[in-house]
Amino acid sequence: MRAVLYILTSLAVIGLAFWAYRENYATQQALSDVDKLHRSIQASHARLAVLKAEWAYQNRPERLRDLAEINFERLGLLPLLPEQFGAVDQVPYAPPPMLPITNPVDVSSAAAAGEEDPL
Amino acid sequence: MIRTPLRPLARILEARQKGENPDAIERENTRIRHEQMRDHARLRAEGRLFVLGAFFFCAFAVVGARMGLLATSEPVEPRAHAPGAMISASRADIVDRNGSILATNFDTHALYAQPKHMVDPVMAAKGLVRVFPDLDEERLIKDFTGERKFLWIKRKISPEQKQAVHDIGDPGLLFAPRDMRLYPNGTLAAHVMGGASFGKEGVHGAEVIGVAGVEKYFDDYLRDPANGNTPLQLSLDLSVQAAAERVLWGGMKLMNAKGATSVLMDVKTGEVISVVSLPSFDPNDRPRPATEGDASDSPLFNRSVQGVYELGSVFKIFAAAQAIELGLVNAETVIETAGPMRVGGFNIGEFQNKNYGKLSVTDIIVHSSNRGTGRLALQIGVERQQKFLKDLGFFEATDYEIVEAAGGKPLLPQRWTDLSTVTISYGHGLSTSPMHLAAGYAAIANGGFRVKPTILKQNGPQLGPRVMSERAASDARMMLRKVVADGTASFAEVPGYFVGGKTGTADKPNPRGGYYKDKTLATFASMFPAHDPKYVLIVTLDEPVETSGDKPRRTAGWTAVPIAAEMIRRVAPLLGVRPTVEPVNPTMVTLTGSN
Repeated sequence: MRAVLYILTSLAVIGLAFWAYRENYATQQALSDVDKLHRSIQASHARLAVLKAEWAYQNRPERLRDLAEINFERLGLLPLLPEQFGAVDQVPYAPPPMLPITNPVDVSSAAAAGEEDPL
Repeated sequence: MIRTPLRPLARILEARQKGENPDAIERENTRIRHEQMRDHARLRAEGRLFVLGAFFFCAFAVVGARMGLLATSEPVEPRAHAPGAMISASRADIVDRNGSILATNFDTHALYAQPKHMVDPVMAAKGLVRVFPDLDEERLIKDFTGERKFLWIKRKISPEQKQAVHDIGDPGLLFAPRDMRLYPNGTLAAHVMGGASFGKEGVHGAEVIGVAGVEKYFDDYLRDPANGNTPLQLSLDLSVQAAAERVLWGGMKLMNAKGATSVLMDVKTGEVISVVSLPSFDPNDRPRPATEGDASDSPLFNRSVQGVYELGSVFKIFAAAQAIELGLVNAETVIETAGPMRVGGFNIGEFQNKNYGKLSVTDIIVHSSNRGTGRLALQIGVERQQKFLKDLGFFEATDYEIVEAAGGKPLLPQRWTDLSTVTISYGHGLSTSPMHLAAGYAAIANGGFRVKPTILKQNGPQLGPRVMSERAASDARMMLRKVVADGTASFAEVPGYFVGGKTGTADKPNPRGGYYKDKTLATFASMFPAHDPKYVLIVTLDEPVETSGDKPRRTAGWTAVPIAAEMIRRVAPLLGVRPTVEPVNPTMVTLTGSN
């Protein structure tokens, strides 16, 4: 009886030691993963900050104004003026939809048949 | 365990045969057994004590070892758990009211040298001079070969320069990471931003400190790591600011002025939407303060808050509004403005010695009559005028949140006599900054409530205590509208926006006493739309000359007013103010026929 107890105990100790060993390495692995993630988050933050600064720099009003002036022929951009405000009733309604065609006219040209060659 | 009996039969019988007392044997055995029991118990107790002692020793040893370890090891951040609240080491950004970036941080590097570790100091110095032509080669060689162990070479370098220094390949040239403050919009709103520079510098980093403007005023907020991700939101509007700067700069050049400033303020919240002071500077490369000459000629001088000037006739509306507020007059009361008028031994004259005769209060404002407002001021009296101007905030520096604002303290007359009352009523003898004037006009525009100018975005109207009645304010607005419609500011007519405003042309005081004849300060204080004002705009030009006519013109009506009109035309659509048809005020209907 006692021998069985000893054997079981020592087996338990071996098992626990093996478990602790594995947990230890798993924890170290997880920590190094976290470190890597932190570093990559930090790098992403830094990159984001640079991109934001770059965006703000590229969109500075002075540059946009110069670009609008350089590309005036293509874009025709003008500063916003009071005359450009309109009222809702100045906007025309969409044209009414076309009535459905109920009496189709037969066309017998080659193109009318579509892709198929009549010959 | 085999126990020895206390009375072993063999020994008892033997003792009885010998005639001994068998009880002695029992006693002897009892004694031996007690001794054994005692020894056993002692051993157990000793064992327990030993185990307990060993346990305590181990426990204290562990605690002690841990304490020692904590005390001697480098502190590290906990790695296992994710950070909860984001803590950022960099200075908080500054954004405009729509969230566009006005100031942010940029990673860069500083360059330093440790000559002890250098392989070839002379080559390193030559390489550095190739990368940075502004460095002095002789001096670098002297530093590198001398006694110095450490020296800074450049405080900020670009990535390209860093690569070039890498390519020199000397192990004694090292880089220190730096957070650089970047103002991506360049000179835009330079006086508000101020600028930043490095405080304490180290190899692992440097602290960034604000040196002027909001950067300095909110330095503690911006540096607080807890605010790293909550940018400081200003009331400025980037596009409006850009348009205002452009218009004002063009106007300043056109009118040959040496300086100009404009303030655009929301009348209900006191938010400054745009504030310009020209000439300007680039906060990325802030110039050094002028050590000689007039400080107000430096581009660092912020005319909108530091420029404390006598602003002239723009003050007349306050006298008229107060006279109506006190019930002394109404807008149609006729006042005699004919001369001569002597107060305190001084003759009060009109512009170009005109004589307007009898004028209604409205026409006094429309024609900008000094004697008319002077008479109103005399009716108001010294104390009531002082109280009114104090309520409007003309007595102390504004609360506007940039460090320079505290320096813009109004200059008051030392003795406030009747003469002071008269001159102050038309804007002489009391020097204030354009920011003060904007706050004063905002009180008229919003129906009589004091507002405090602020550079921070507000969530809703921030009306202070009432300083004049709604009626006085609306009468004053009507007068201001008339100034534009048929008075000195006719150039300010912007179709659809119904500008109301007052011009002011003040001769600049000569530091040697008296006033310059040919140097003026032209101001136009306006609000739009006049029937329901949303914004107040102040435009001030320093020494403008308009030379399109036969004679040079220096009055505000010819200089500041057209610029303000153009600015309103450009800026109002950006602010989302729709052009409207002016409502006809029923009280202003005039009878044209009576038959």
